[in-house]
Amino acid sequence: MRGMTPIVKTITALLIGFIMLFGFYIILTGHLSPGGGFAGGVICAAGLLLVVLAFGADTVKERMGHNMAVLWEGLGAIGFLAVALLGFITGTFFAHFLPQDVGFSFKLFTGGSILYQNLAIGLKVGAGLFGAFLMLAAFREAERGGRGNGEGDRS
Amino acid sequence: MSETLTLLYGVMAFMLIAAIVAVETRDLLSSVLCLGALGFGLALVDLIVGAPDLALTQVVVEIFAVVLLIRTVVAREDTTKEFIRDTPHVAAMGAVIMAILLGAYICFQQLTPFGDPPMIMGASYMRAAQQAGATNLVTAVLLDFRAYDTLGEATVIFAAIMGCYALLRTSGKKEHS
Amino acid sequence: MTHTVLPFVLCVVLFIIGLYAIAVKKNLIKVIIGIIVMHNAVNMFLVLIGFRVPASGPAIAPIMTPEMGHRDEAVRALLSHSVDPVPQALVLTSIVIGLSVVALMVVMALRLHQKYGTFDLTQITRLKG
Repeated sequence: MRGMTPIVKTITALLIGFIMLFGFYIILTGHLSPGGGFAGGVICAAGLLLVVLAFGADTVKERMGHNMAVLWEGLGAIGFLAVALLGFITGTFFAHFLPQDVGFSFKLFTGGSILYQNLAIGLKVGAGLFGAFLMLAAFREAERGGRGNGEGDRS
Repeated sequence: MSETLTLLYGVMAFMLIAAIVAVETRDLLSSVLCLGALGFGLALVDLIVGAPDLALTQVVVEIFAVVLLIRTVVAREDTTKEFIRDTPHVAAMGAVIMAILLGAYICFQQLTPFGDPPMIMGASYMRAAQQAGATNLVTAVLLDFRAYDTLGEATVIFAAIMGCYALLRTSGKKEHS
Repeated sequence: MTHTVLPFVLCVVLFIIGLYAIAVKKNLIKVIIGIIVMHNAVNMFLVLIGFRVPASGPAIAPIMTPEMGHRDEAVRALLSHSVDPVPQALVLTSIVIGLSVVALMVVMALRLHQKYGTFDLTQITRLKG
């Protein structure tokens, strides 16, 4: 994909850090304020989608290819299952095995294993959606290259 | 409470108009944009009702879905012929719609009135929620009391993404050579 | 009766609009749009079932604040001013699953367009020969 004008590329390069930071914030404080793993993961995926749209699918495939997206998604799924199975240490499936703060004082490490579950889910959803969109953009580029007729300059 | 209801009805009317336009219009790009308006209307309903968690997720998911749809719709030819209306077709569709509306009317008599749900999240949830350590009750329900459902959801998303990978796998081969 | 069931009836009307799009339209993208409209209607219905009219003031989110302490009646008062948390959690699940299903449907539509050259369902399901 050809990517967009230099204005869009510059602005994306400046903004991508803030978007990913906001996504991580929503994932991390999921148990304290609205948000959680799912919303934060989709926000991170939307930031990476902006990068794919602005710079072109080929450029992004060199830096962060399809294999890395699949790897991160698998790690997220395994992480969630690991948190669930480690609950067997203190009793049943999914039991909390870390101490829980009883005074809900808005600190980060309250809530036991909810924080790690949020992190695993955010990683999984973000990497999965980004990988699917990257494959879609590369597929479209290959299809347009194969057909060869000009369909205008719209990407 | 009445201004909440007025706002709610206004946004729902906007959603209905956006849905009708999205389904009926011939241009594919306009219908996808109206679908985006429908999603944002749903996020507004979530905010009015008092569920900011859902509004946040709905906005971001709607943006992702609209970008996906726009990229498939733009710059592709569409040679669909118009729908030919003949009488059995219209009669069958009308009968189905009447049946659904009648069934809904009968069922909704038994439903609890709007604004007064009977479920109180259970006394046991309430007591346990104070010891769960998570101040956001929605996350506590999602990841502490109902963690099995979240595991099921993670599996479904995983399967859908794997399906996408499997369908797009042979994208390198050119099929027209 | 009207104020107590009118929002639910509007959800059912939205559902019917989506069903009409799936049953009648011949364009594949319109069928996908119909599925998305139905999905949004069901999500809205679930959220509106859990809606509780707040006793005083505006509706607030179900997030506990530190000054509530361990008092039962404080948590009960919070829960009587906000949407019930259990339907909220289920709808949160449903929204993200809907996004993955939309991605899968779009990929299938792209593959069909690559093979047949059109989005028209009558052309795609035509028997050859």
